[in-house]
Amino acid sequence: MQQIIFFFIRNKNFLLFAVLFTISVALTIQTHNYHNNKFISSANYVTGGVYSYKNSITDYFSLGKENEQLLQENLMLRKKLDQFKEVVVFEKLDSTLLPNKYEYFTARVINNNYSKTKNQLTLDKGRKDSIKIDLGVISSKGIVGIVSDVSENYATVQSILNTKSRINAKLKKSSHFGSLIWNTKDPNVAQLIDIPRLAKLEKGDTVVTGGRSTIFPEGIFIGTVKDFHLDNDDNYYYVNIDLFNDMTSLEQVYLIENKEAQEIIELEKRMEDEEQ
Amino acid sequence: MKNNDVVINIVRFIALVFLQVLMLNNINLAGYINPYLYIFFILMYPLDGNKGLLIFLSFLLGLSIDIFEDSGGVHAAACAFIAYIRPVVLKYSFGVSYEYNSIKIKKADPMERLTYISSLVFMHHFVMFSLEIFSVKHIPLLLKSTLFSGIFTIVLVVCTLILFNRKST
Repeated sequence: MQQIIFFFIRNKNFLLFAVLFTISVALTIQTHNYHNNKFISSANYVTGGVYSYKNSITDYFSLGKENEQLLQENLMLRKKLDQFKEVVVFEKLDSTLLPNKYEYFTARVINNNYSKTKNQLTLDKGRKDSIKIDLGVISSKGIVGIVSDVSENYATVQSILNTKSRINAKLKKSSHFGSLIWNTKDPNVAQLIDIPRLAKLEKGDTVVTGGRSTIFPEGIFIGTVKDFHLDNDDNYYYVNIDLFNDMTSLEQVYLIENKEAQEIIELEKRMEDEEQ
Repeated sequence: MKNNDVVINIVRFIALVFLQVLMLNNINLAGYINPYLYIFFILMYPLDGNKGLLIFLSFLLGLSIDIFEDSGGVHAAACAFIAYIRPVVLKYSFGVSYEYNSIKIKKADPMERLTYISSLVFMHHFVMFSLEIFSVKHIPLLLKSTLFSGIFTIVLVVCTLILFNRKST
C-alpha cells in the first residue's frame, strides 16, 4: 500500500500530464465528429462576446468594399424583379401568396478562419434568432458552409474549407452530380469529385449546388472549373474549382432554412427502416 | 515563486491569450502561417516554480486558445506536453546548472537560449499540427506548417525577449 502511494507521489507530474493529455486528445477526437463539438465551442457567452466586440472595431475597415458588394447585389435583385414584373402581368399570380419553401436570415461573420484543415466561422445570430443546426450559409457571391452548432446568441459554421465538409454540387451546364470537398491547399480553390467520365468538362464551366441535399436550394453558385484530370481508377473526374466567394474576407452572410427538410428526412428514414 | 512573479505570470497569461486570439491568429501569412506566441508563458515560467502547477496552467492556457479557435483540444494537448517535457529540455540546453537556480533564461548564453526556445517551439507545433490535421495523408502539410509557423514563432519569442529585457535593465 505504502509503495503504491509512494509511486503516485514520485510520478505525480507524469500522471497529471497523462490525465490532461488524454482529456485534450479526447476533446480533439470529439470535434472530429460533425455535430458533436458541444463542449468546446466559440459559440459561448465569453468568446462570442469577445469576438463581437473585436468585430465592432474591425468592421469599419471593410465598409467600403462591403457597400460595393451590397450595391451589386441590389442591382442584380432589381434586374430580376423587373423581369419578374413583366411575367406577372400576364399570369396575374401573386407570388407572395404561394407557399415558400425556403426562409432566409441574415447574419454577420464575427470570426473566420481559413488557414487550418478544419475551418469554422462564428456568426452573431443564435437560437434566439431562430437559427438551427444544419441551416445552409451563403454570401451574396456563393456558398459558405453549414451551421454546425448554435448557442443562445451565436452560431458556428462548418466552412466549405473543412476536410469534413461534403456538399452535393453539380455542373450548371450538364447537371452531372458530384461532391464538393477541400484538399486544404488553397483557401480559394475547392475540389469537385465523383463527376462521371461521361460529363463534358471545360475550363470556366460554372458549378452550382445540386438539388439533392435538404440544406441548400438548387443552383446556389459555387465557382468555376479551374482544371481537371481523371481519378486514379479512370472513372471519375477530379476537378479544381475557383470559388466565387473570397473565403478569406466574409462579412455579411445569409442563412437558408429549408422548411420541408424535416419532412424529407423523416420520409427517407421511414423508407430505410422499412427496408431493414 | 515570489509574490511579484505570481502577479507577472497572471497578467502574462491573460495578455497572451488575448493577443493570440485577437491579433496573431489573423495574420495568416501566405495563407496558413500563424505564429503561436502564447507559449511564451510556458517558456518564461519561473525555473523554480512548481512543475505540477505549470502542467495544469499550460493545459488551461491551451484550452482557452482552443475555445476561441474551435479546435477541440489540440492546443491544450500540445501545451501540456511541452510543460511536462520542459525540465528535460532545460537540462540539455543549459546543462545541469539550471537546477541550482544559477541560470536566468533572460541572461543565459544566446545560443543555449535559442536551443531551449526552438526545441520547445518545434515540439509544441509538431504535436499541435499532428492533432489538428489528424491524417496520414497530409504529412507534408504537417511538416511544412510546423517548420514555417515554428520559425515565425521563434522570431517573435526572441523579439519579445529583447523588447522586455531592455525595459528591465
